[in-house]
Amino acid sequence: MKKKYIIEGLCCANCASKIETAINKLSGVKEATVNFMTQKLIIDGDDELMPEIIKEAEKIVTKIEPGARLKNA
Amino acid sequence: MKKRILRILFGALILVSAIITERYFRQIGVILYLVSYFLIGGDILFNAVRNILRGSVFDENFLMALATVGAMFISEYTEGIAVMLLYQIGEMFQDYAVDKSRKSIADLMNIRPDHANVKVDDTLVKKEPDEVKVGDIIVIKAGERVPLDAIVVEGTSLMDTSALTGESIPREVEPGDEILSGCININGLITARVTREYGESTVSKILDLVENASNKKSRSEKFITRFARYYTPTVVILAVLLAFVPPLIIKDATFGDWIYRALSFLVVSCPCALVISIPLTFFSGIGGASKKGILVKGSNYFEALANTEIVVFDKTGTLTKGVFGVKEVHAKEVSEEELIKLAAYAESYSNHPISQSILKAYGKEIDKKAITDVEEISGHGVIARVNGKKIAAGNAKLMKKLGIPYFDGELAGTVVHVAVDNIYAGYILIADDIKSDSAHAIKELKNSNIKQIIMLTGDSVNVGENVGKELGLSKVYAELLPADKVEKLEELLSQTSGKGRLAYVGDGINDAPVLARADVGIAMGGLGSDAAIEAADVVIMTDEPSKVPLAINIAKKVLGISNQNIVFALGVKVLILLLSALGVTNLWVAIFGDVGVAMLAILNSFRAMIIKNK
Repeated sequence: MKKKYIIEGLCCANCASKIETAINKLSGVKEATVNFMTQKLIIDGDDELMPEIIKEAEKIVTKIEPGARLKNA
Repeated sequence: MKKRILRILFGALILVSAIITERYFRQIGVILYLVSYFLIGGDILFNAVRNILRGSVFDENFLMALATVGAMFISEYTEGIAVMLLYQIGEMFQDYAVDKSRKSIADLMNIRPDHANVKVDDTLVKKEPDEVKVGDIIVIKAGERVPLDAIVVEGTSLMDTSALTGESIPREVEPGDEILSGCININGLITARVTREYGESTVSKILDLVENASNKKSRSEKFITRFARYYTPTVVILAVLLAFVPPLIIKDATFGDWIYRALSFLVVSCPCALVISIPLTFFSGIGGASKKGILVKGSNYFEALANTEIVVFDKTGTLTKGVFGVKEVHAKEVSEEELIKLAAYAESYSNHPISQSILKAYGKEIDKKAITDVEEISGHGVIARVNGKKIAAGNAKLMKKLGIPYFDGELAGTVVHVAVDNIYAGYILIADDIKSDSAHAIKELKNSNIKQIIMLTGDSVNVGENVGKELGLSKVYAELLPADKVEKLEELLSQTSGKGRLAYVGDGINDAPVLARADVGIAMGGLGSDAAIEAADVVIMTDEPSKVPLAINIAKKVLGISNQNIVFALGVKVLILLLSALGVTNLWVAIFGDVGVAMLAILNSFRAMIIKNK
């Protein structure tokens, strides 16, 4: 299953790549990409683990870029 | 944002007053310095502490905080505050630049229609484009954007297709013509029937493509993010070593002096500036190219395009117009009209351009009941029963396969031989014109140092050689079946050097596997063709082969800018690290190394958006 989000308040390119790396390490994630320019986060992961993945992803985003949050695209 | 600017400005004012006050009243001056410092950099300090508590060390807030607090401790107040001030200005500029480029790309891609005028019981109702259904009748007034792909039922007008194709000459449309969403109706009033829903229509496909393009990262982007991961910790460790080791081993070395040098290290240790300018460059390039009617589906394809050594063209529909016309009819046994009729009947189920041209030459209604047992043999032709007679229509290979003697002279064009009940009945000569800008495209490619320009075609050797000679191609491989094309391509792929890439240019019809196999698959005339948009890596919206060299040149420019940014930013940083270690520079230079370089790199990356027409 693929989920798309917009990371609002993403304003540091290095953070974008840190977020990408961190989400890719979550279990159940096949591929995650963070596009700094379009502020888009796309997570491709296992269907059953998706709610868990998204919760973790949200934590990662606020940890690395405080003030940023996920919004449904 | 405004508050932040005011706060920082106020902080800067206090800094000035602190510098003046300090000369007369040292204590008050120091207090003023501290006030100024917290006004300017308070948020950075706060973020630094919060992020450490959350377990992320080495983030830029922490580095800046450490560098400036360090400066304050060794009583370099002015410099510490200045570093913070310039860092903040740099940050704001970066935000502004990123925001600006996000917006300008959005403007560039501002082809999203805002409404559709739908005809409901003779009145016009304004609807959102995604509420309109297939079959609805819409009205497009002069100056309005076509909201959905549709077919004109009434009215004639001129269409500005430049947003989709980069083509500035307007196109005339009349009833029966297809109009694509995203084009602008220039003068007339047009009534049209919707053929595709909004989500499926050209405009949303293009927007989707461009938006997703930067998800595929280029090697330079990957390099720079990986580099950033090691760069920061390395520089910080070096800074620590620099601060404490020399004073311990060198006589006369003071901690104050070496800590000051180490602080410069911290100031240039932020990788963000570097990291930001690379995706920005590719993003600008994708935007700029799309404005020229060239859709690049990922940053990585810019790299492949820029390293292209071999360009392989398909012939029909790519270098030639793909509009075939019957040039000659040579009938034996039967009349010329009869020959065309038989061929038309046999080929009536085929979508092949050659079949279409025979059908066009026949020009009458086909009685489909008369046709049975149609067998299409790929790369050969068609065998079908027409009114009980076995008609074979196809190339020389088909005749050979059936063991029928045929006219074997040299003919410039595609020959369709026709046999009736295994007896040769004559041939039809069909020719295809070379596109007007093909020659120009080949010349441009040669100028951009492409080593081999090759054409693959299913057509006869005669036709292929003719086109090849006229255009000055390096090599022509003719009489290839679709499967042969993939094989030939594999062979050519093995001829590229280590870094060299192969680009295949086709029209997406019949050559999807080849498009997919090439290093870069370029589909031509992508406007309205889903297959081409799906299979290719680069889509050229118009059917001009001259866009291929343009795409390669854009790719080279984008890559050039990205390399300049990497080399320039890294070079300056390394230089500053060296000079700081030697104690030749000061914090002012270091902060330039960080903020100034970022600004210049960002400005440089904007150049990728500007593409000149050749």
